[in-house]
Parts: sequence; C-alpha cells; structure tokens
Amino acid sequence: MALKHTCSILAVTAGLASAAQAEDLNALIWCDHADPELLQPFEEAHDVRVNVKEYEGTAAGLTLLEQSRPGDWDVMVIDAVDVGRAVERGLLAPLPADQLNTSSYFPEAVLADHTTIDGTSYAVTEKFGYNTIAYNKAAVDPADMQNLDALWSGKYDGRIAIYDYYLPVLGLVGLEAGIKTADLDAAALDTIREPLMKLNAASKQVSDVVGSQTALATGEVDVLIGGGEWLTAVLNAENPDLDWTIPEQGGLLWAQSLAIVEGTEKPELALEFIKYITSPEGQARLATSSCYWGMPANKAAGDVLTDEQKAILRWDDQPDYLARAQLYPVPDADTDAAMQDLWTDMLQN
Amino acid sequence: MSIEKQEKRQGAALVAPALLWTLGFFAIPFAAMVMMSLAHLEGREIVQGHDLGNYLRIFTDPSLRRGIFVSLEITAVVTVISVLLAWPLAWIIATRVPARWRRMALLLAVLPFWTSYVVRSYSWALVLGEKGVVMNALVGLGLLAEPVQIMATRSATIIGFVHFFVMLLTLTIYSNLIQLSPNYARAAEDLGASRWQVIRLVILPLTLPGVMTGAFLTFVLCIGDYITPQILGGNNELTLPQLIMLQLGRRGDFPMASALSVVLMVIVTLAYAACARWLKMERV
Repeated sequence: MALKHTCSILAVTAGLASAAQAEDLNALIWCDHADPELLQPFEEAHDVRVNVKEYEGTAAGLTLLEQSRPGDWDVMVIDAVDVGRAVERGLLAPLPADQLNTSSYFPEAVLADHTTIDGTSYAVTEKFGYNTIAYNKAAVDPADMQNLDALWSGKYDGRIAIYDYYLPVLGLVGLEAGIKTADLDAAALDTIREPLMKLNAASKQVSDVVGSQTALATGEVDVLIGGGEWLTAVLNAENPDLDWTIPEQGGLLWAQSLAIVEGTEKPELALEFIKYITSPEGQARLATSSCYWGMPANKAAGDVLTDEQKAILRWDDQPDYLARAQLYPVPDADTDAAMQDLWTDMLQN
Repeated sequence: MSIEKQEKRQGAALVAPALLWTLGFFAIPFAAMVMMSLAHLEGREIVQGHDLGNYLRIFTDPSLRRGIFVSLEITAVVTVISVLLAWPLAWIIATRVPARWRRMALLLAVLPFWTSYVVRSYSWALVLGEKGVVMNALVGLGLLAEPVQIMATRSATIIGFVHFFVMLLTLTIYSNLIQLSPNYARAAEDLGASRWQVIRLVILPLTLPGVMTGAFLTFVLCIGDYITPQILGGNNELTLPQLIMLQLGRRGDFPMASALSVVLMVIVTLAYAACARWLKMERV
C-alpha cells in the first residue's frame, strides 16, 4: 500500500515537473484547432502545451486581443480577408515569408492580396471551404438546390435552417439579389433586407454550427443556407445523404489564416506552430478536424489524406468551385455595424 | 475596553469576510460594469464616456426593446407553470407518500439535476423534434395527422425551462410543507372545513414563503439564462441574455452588453422588491 502511495506521489510529482518544464503556446483559435489529434504531434515534437481559446467572429477576436496584454497570445486564427483589419490596429507581427513556402498551395487559396500588406506578409492561409447550400438529398430535389431561387419559392418553407453567421448569409442573399459580395455596402443592405426577411419567414430556425448539424442530422430541416462541406463532412458516416452544392449564383469562399500575434514572447515557437499547421501532415489533420472539415490550403496534404476523405472534400471539383466562389464581404466598421443590426432585426422578427 | 466595544469589534471581524467578499466579487465588478455601460463604441474602439446613449438605444431600438419583453413573457409563463406543477408534486410527496419512500420520491424528482444543463437542453431538442419521441408517439397514436413544430419555438424554450424549474420549486415548497404541523389541517377539519378548503385556506397560504422563494429563484435564473433559449428557441426571437451575448461575441460591444446587463439587474431587483415581503429564508 505504502509503495502504491509512493508511486502515486512520484507520478503526480513527475507530472507536475513535466508540466512546469513544458513551454506554453497560447493560441486564439476557431474550434477546428482545438482537436487533440491536431495539436498532439506538435506538442510532443516541441515539448510544449498549446493552450487554446476559441472565439467567434473577427470583431470579437480583435476585441479580445486589444483587451489583452502584449505576450498573452502567441498565434491567432483569423479570416484571411480580415488580416488587414488586424494589421491596421497593430495586432499582428510580420511573418518571415521566406520560411513559409506557399508554392504547393491552391493558387486561389493563397490570398496574398489580403495576407500581405505593403509587401509584408502577416498571415498564411491554412484552410478554406464554402458557405453555400447544404441539404439532405433524400428529402429534397437536388436539382432544386442548383439555384438559390428554390429557397424563396415556397417549396421548402419550414424546412430551411439559416446558419447563424451574418457575413456569409448576407453574402448569399446578396448573390441571389445579383449583388457581388465586394459590392455589399450600406446601400446594398437596403436591397437585401426584404429577401432576407422572406428567407427568415420561410426558415424554421437560425442556428450555430452544432445546432445546424443537429437539425440536418435529425431531419428537423432539409436545407441549410450558409452550410457547406465544413458541416456535412463530419456527418457523412452517419448520414451519406447529407450533401452540399454551389448553386448557379455562386457561393462564398471562406479562408482562414494563421498569424503571429504582435508582442508574443515566443516568436520562434509561434513560427514553428505555423510551419507545422501548414505542413502536409498538419494540413491533413486540420482538414479533417473533429469540429469541422475543410479543404487544406496546401495541395500537398492530398498525399496524406485518404481517397475517401478527398472524395468527401470534393478534391477533384475544387478548380470549378474556386472559379465560381466569391470572397466574404469585407465591411468597414460602419457597414459591419449596419450588417449586424440587420441580422439582429431578422432574428428578432 | 468595554464589553460593548469588544462585542462590536468581534461583530465587525465576523462580518468582514462576507463584506469583503461582496465588495470584491459583487460591488466593484458591478460598478465597473456600470462604468462600462456609459462608454460607447466608435467604429471598433471603446470610447470611455459618461453618456446614456446605450440605455436610450435599448429603449428605442425595437429589436433590443423586444428582447426585454420576450424575456419577461417567457419568464412569467415559466414561473407560473412551474409553480402550478411543483406545488401539487411537493404536496403529494410531503403528505401522500409514506415517510420511508419520501427520500426516494424527492430523489427521483430532482434526478434530472444530475445531468449537465447543456446535455439536458440538447436532449430536449431531440425529444421535441418533428422526428422526436413526442411527435412520433402523437402521430403513432393517431392524435395528430402530422407532426407539428415545437422545437425551435418559444414553446420548446418554455418546456425546457419548466422541466428544470419544477424540480427547484418542488424542493423549496416541499421543505416548507414538511415543516407545517398536521394540527393546522386537523383543526380546520374539526371546524368543518372540507379537504379542498383546508388546502386552499390553510395549507396554501402557509406555504407562500416557499412558493415565493422558489418563484423568485425561478424568475432570476430563468430571465438570466442563455443556454435554453439558444438551443431550444431556434433563434427565432432573442431574449436579453442572447442579446448580451450577441454584443459580446459578435460585435465586441462591451458597453452595450454592459448596459443590457444593468437593465437585467434592474429587472431582477424590481422582482425582488415586489416579493421581498415573502422572501424570508428562515420560514422556508
């Protein structure tokens, strides 16, 4: 018994000592980066512990950074189109571009126009996908899903869920109204108000990632506007009828990037983390993360992913999809506030 | 030192930890929240100030104002339904269940407390869905021709809340009932009161402290709850806590979130003031 106790105490002490020795990397992330399958290889290789905090929406992420002390955060996941906003506020550190080779990336996913500011690289894209239409092909006519009009036709009233994120859904409603995402300014918001309210009236619920997945998986709804492979891929084994498409009007391309936070005291470790995430192995793990799937920005991940995983990600269709997708709207502060007001109005009415 | 002074010092020393606790973990954070509510967002910057713009907007912006009414309506309905269900349940456990089974009955009544709040809400989402147990049973029994929508409506939120708060109220009312001497009922019956009159005119008024304490707790917890309406309500209308989370999570608008939180605190304070005369914990 005494031996057992002594062993336990030694084990605990060893654990504490190990924890005390291990370095910490603090990462402000989206939920896909919280997957232990993704973090563990890096933690073991560098004897570090990656502490993650999830956030939702760039505005919230930037506010978190601004209310933190320099050094609190080392790396950050951020929408590639929002890198400029963060750089403008002095929140991101320059990246050594020569150490982050993007030559094996999908060219459309590099998004250097957004991640490189005045010739300095501040972030590197890591994963992309589409906000478009996800549906249960056993319950709807897949041909209908090729056109956004179907969602306003009345045929699917009460069977639609709206993904609860204003930027992609307003972008999709804009596409339906013939407005490009880049032109979605305050004046255009007036144009899409009515179709947005009609869409809300035709929908059953507005839900977050988990709520949307649950609604589609349980048959509560048959169509999700704003959904895509990131939502249906994790449910594929459970229900292969869950599918997604990019309709004639187009879809929205989301691309997340990874950056080093200005003021970090561990720039080398932060860079190593970015190198790991953008490596073929890290990319494959990130692409198939337990929270949501998405295309790896680095094509080389294709050598690590299985054929089945690539089929679920629609690997071979990417050239066509990338050609038809538009980037997220990039609103200025006032337009962003107007968009959120419109979204709140929709939720509340 | 006089005995009186010594007693005063001892009293102050005894009260000090609670006072410091309240000061450090309530008064100071609350003051900080009030200060933040007087600031405002300019673009994406928080600008410190002393204006009431956020409060003005809460009462003039229809979406924000509606959040207050939605919260109050849901909370009122939940509180009333929970009391109506919990009182008979507590009374049956206290008076009709044999003493040796009471503990077991109470245990069964509060068993759902042992489940995580989030898990319980998601379970309700599955139960109340169009392909859930309830609709399958109703359609299977021929009581409904086709499923009706409960999930992602206010009804689902209310059901989720009532399930939780009936347990809480049962406990507060039961603890009140069990303290009542059976002689009250016997005396009333001796004087010719019927069973119903005994309950209505004797037992019910004597359990008011337990009912009001439970109802107040229900009110406070319900109006401040974010999880249940978020999971079960389908975001088809927003309560005050959901609006607060929208300001924090989406906009990074801490001043507006603080102002909404202060409004929530004021509502709770008013509710306390309204039922303070019954809130004497020693009587529960």
